[in-house]
Amino acid sequence: MRVVDRAEPKGAQKFYLVAVVRGLIVTMGHVMKNVLNPKRMPVVFYPEQKKDLPPATRGRHRLMKREDGAPRCTACMLCATACPAECIHIKAEESPDPNIEKLPERFEIDMLRCVFCGFCVDACPLDAIRMDVPDVTIAGYTRESMVYTKEFLMNHNNEDVVADYNPPRPVILTHGPHARP
Amino acid sequence: MDNQVFTLINIAVMTVVMWITPLQFVPFMIWLERKGSAIIQDRIGPNRAEIFGFRLFGMVHNFSDVVKLLNKENITPTHANRFFYTMAPFWSMTVSLLPLLIIPLAAPIDIFGHTVRFQAADFSVGILYILSITSMGVFAVILAGWASNNKFSLMGGIRSSAQMISYELSMGLAIVALLMVYQDAQVSSMVETQGRWLTVFGHELPLPNWGIFLQPVAFVLFLVASFAETNRNPFDLAEGESELVAGYHIEYSSVKFALFFMAEYSNMVVASFVIATLFLGGYQVPYFSTDVLAAHPQEVLIAVCILGFIKCILLGYLIGLKARQQETLFKKGVAKWEPFLFSGLFYGLAVVCLAGLFYAFNGSFAPWFGQVLTALLQMGCLLAKVLFFCWLFVWVRWTLPRFRYDQLMNLGWKMLLPLGLVNLLVTGVWLLISK
Repeated sequence: MRVVDRAEPKGAQKFYLVAVVRGLIVTMGHVMKNVLNPKRMPVVFYPEQKKDLPPATRGRHRLMKREDGAPRCTACMLCATACPAECIHIKAEESPDPNIEKLPERFEIDMLRCVFCGFCVDACPLDAIRMDVPDVTIAGYTRESMVYTKEFLMNHNNEDVVADYNPPRPVILTHGPHARP
Repeated sequence: MDNQVFTLINIAVMTVVMWITPLQFVPFMIWLERKGSAIIQDRIGPNRAEIFGFRLFGMVHNFSDVVKLLNKENITPTHANRFFYTMAPFWSMTVSLLPLLIIPLAAPIDIFGHTVRFQAADFSVGILYILSITSMGVFAVILAGWASNNKFSLMGGIRSSAQMISYELSMGLAIVALLMVYQDAQVSSMVETQGRWLTVFGHELPLPNWGIFLQPVAFVLFLVASFAETNRNPFDLAEGESELVAGYHIEYSSVKFALFFMAEYSNMVVASFVIATLFLGGYQVPYFSTDVLAAHPQEVLIAVCILGFIKCILLGYLIGLKARQQETLFKKGVAKWEPFLFSGLFYGLAVVCLAGLFYAFNGSFAPWFGQVLTALLQMGCLLAKVLFFCWLFVWVRWTLPRFRYDQLMNLGWKMLLPLGLVNLLVTGVWLLISK
């Protein structure tokens, strides 16, 4: 067992009174400051006011789109394989475009299982999935509503559409922090 | 009406009043704790619960708390001792309501041939009654800890009982020193004594004869001991969340938990009343004795109106500051203008005080009016002192960290107890010399 020698109070300090009074003065200072000047309180009234999240926030997923609006995803299953929480469920279908082999018919992310590790983003060879929607209050009343479908994940204005697959990150969506598209 | 019947009715009414007083203080204390902690920590505090849109600055949260606690399942653990388990919260609450019965709210007044007393019971051993009743509070903690058959409960109960017993000694010594000075154990006469001037070696000092000036060391001892007795921070080892989950009331839920919770706060209120009565002159208005106040109703009314005016203006101004903050927050509904309503209400009260001032300068007063006014003023004075100590309890809780167990015992046994004994010795020598 390791014994740590800490400075014990000596003499008059043993009554703690001076320290107590100094502490009380500190807290009273905060009370006076906040009562006399409530507008300067360093608080954000959360549901009414929201702070802008930093650009590099790892937020909710979104599925990127090609220029014609089709999903960039080719249902290669790399993200679903990389996912440690097994929250991504993909069902593939044949693509009408002869240059592209597959498309996701269904692409669902179970947000109740997702651990926000970002492995799916790293795994994706086409930059089809990103986690940059600055939405941190993910909530729902039913389990079903927490399974985000392909349509929901693609429902954004596809800012930062790029021809090459090395887009500069981070990306900020133009719509407000909490406006669900 | 027969005088005896009148006295009986008087006692009955005062008993009910003193019984209800701490219960009325409890929601206020819970609100003060929440809002006070929030303000100390630079937060806003509760402001969400509402009734018809009225939020009352977070006061409505108490109602929702009551509804929540009453709707919870009232659990008794399987292996708990059902009788003692059920008894403990009731014991705790009952004990915490009793000591107020002997606190005088104001000096007795003679009105229409009857003497109205503002005290439910006036024993000759009043101070011992307070001590004995408050020391019974430890049983509730021990019973709750033992009967709920949970090791954390038991440890919390044991800690709490050890602490209460240790600090009861210093409390008793502080009171003994006080008794030596006042030469009386009857609470009403102790308060009357505090209405005089502080006399040292036959010289009157410009200070009231309050316990805090007569016995400053005993005051500190009593204050610290009452913090420990009420199981408040920095002595709330019994509920050390990080160590004991919640202490002696882990297994309690629903109404029984509510009773423990209320008992904690009403204990604080009672402790505030006792400190104010014993050390801060009780109902005595500083520098003005009861007779002087009763003899000058006009001046008293003027003073009350001016004080009320200043207080209402101040409160209205502060709430107005708060209102401007809240206005930016809530864009619509009652919440947008509700603080302005209260601010305006206080400004209106200030105007009423001014009108009262006008009346005070012109009116003539019956003798009973002066007496009633004196009693009201004294009640207000006692209330102000009690509120200060209520705030002190909250203030200290959100300032200091919790003591370690050995620090607690060292402070109790090695510091406060010898200090109390030395204080007794010094007081005795002082009394011998000054006689």
